[in-house]
Amino acid sequence: MMIMKLFLSFLQIGLFSIGGGYAAIPLIQEQTVTVHGWLTADQFMDLATIAEMTPGPIAINGATFVGLKVGGLAGAAAATFGCIFPSLLIVSLLAWVYRKYRELPMLQSVLSALRPAVVALISAAGVNMALQACFGGRALLAPENARWAGIGLFVVALAVLRRFKLNPILVMILCGAGGLLLGVLGLA
Amino acid sequence: MGMKTQKKTGPEEEQAGEKRTQGDEPKSGGENKPLRLFLTMLYISAFTFGGGFVIVTFMKRKFVDELHWIDEKEMLDMTALAQSAPGPIAVNAAILTGWKVGGPAGMAAAVLGTVIPPVAILSVISVFYQAFAANPYVAMVLRGMQSGVAAVILDVALSLGSKVLQTKQWIHTAVMVLAFIASFFFGVNVVWIILAAAVTGIILGLRSGKEGKQV
Repeated sequence: MMIMKLFLSFLQIGLFSIGGGYAAIPLIQEQTVTVHGWLTADQFMDLATIAEMTPGPIAINGATFVGLKVGGLAGAAAATFGCIFPSLLIVSLLAWVYRKYRELPMLQSVLSALRPAVVALISAAGVNMALQACFGGRALLAPENARWAGIGLFVVALAVLRRFKLNPILVMILCGAGGLLLGVLGLA
Repeated sequence: MGMKTQKKTGPEEEQAGEKRTQGDEPKSGGENKPLRLFLTMLYISAFTFGGGFVIVTFMKRKFVDELHWIDEKEMLDMTALAQSAPGPIAVNAAILTGWKVGGPAGMAAAVLGTVIPPVAILSVISVFYQAFAANPYVAMVLRGMQSGVAAVILDVALSLGSKVLQTKQWIHTAVMVLAFIASFFFGVNVVWIILAAAVTGIILGLRSGKEGKQV
């Protein structure tokens, strides 16, 4: 019964979170804290912190975290599956529509207007992340908040990527190692 | 290419559509695409911290620039679709690229590859999360990685943005600039931005339809 509840609850989270992680957070909070009481408010904060620090979509992180806690491995599986189930149906349908109709002039026109918007959204996300890495967030954009280690790593990484087209995951791992090194040396 | 093949076999044959995807890429040879997709997504998903745009950016570098399985325009279209549909963006993008590259098997492989790393990592961490979150060395590594992620995203954004500028279509440039301002300075929800761009596209389509020219 609990397994079914987990599935249905995360199915709603998957179905109603449009636009990524920031849309999912309040939904996860509502389902897990307010509606079902599976997590306390503090545990929810822990979940948000962990989700921020680990790879993967926050809804999947939340599903695994809550599912494990409430229903063990089966619970984690049910919650995770519930969370991606709406996507499997809706996005598969979209994939089919896209493939079948993408050559229509009207759809071509819509898609060609969407592409620059997507580029802008990626750029905005990138600038926000750069501000986070270099100053600790856009609200802190001031010389006294500069994180010099973060700025140094960011500039070197961007230069290396632009110039040498290095593997991005390698660049990220090297930045992690660089952060550790600078931190241990007391420079960060 | 693909579309022509489909027209020959008749648009009503959905099975032909699946085969077309397999035959779309001349480079595919004898390799096992679903397996390759699974491993690629497993690798990308294990290392991408942050929101959906991060994973999409890494997917673009891998599938478009490196493997040439998907062309750049299509990747942007898929990003828009993944953004606008409900559910985690990473999973949505995996579903779209999976279908495109390897049909139903590819879709399943890509989704599994995307989901397994966060589930595995979170299962381990949830056991001792207090120690993990409080560890200063973990914090140092993660802070360093923030710089790396920001650099990767901006690298891709710069390449894509300069291509939009090079098309010299002022409406597309305007859409890009306005969408950036709306998102970055005003925090407008992504869904509204995509909708506004879509409406712009519809208006452009109607106009060029009346004038009878090709978009």
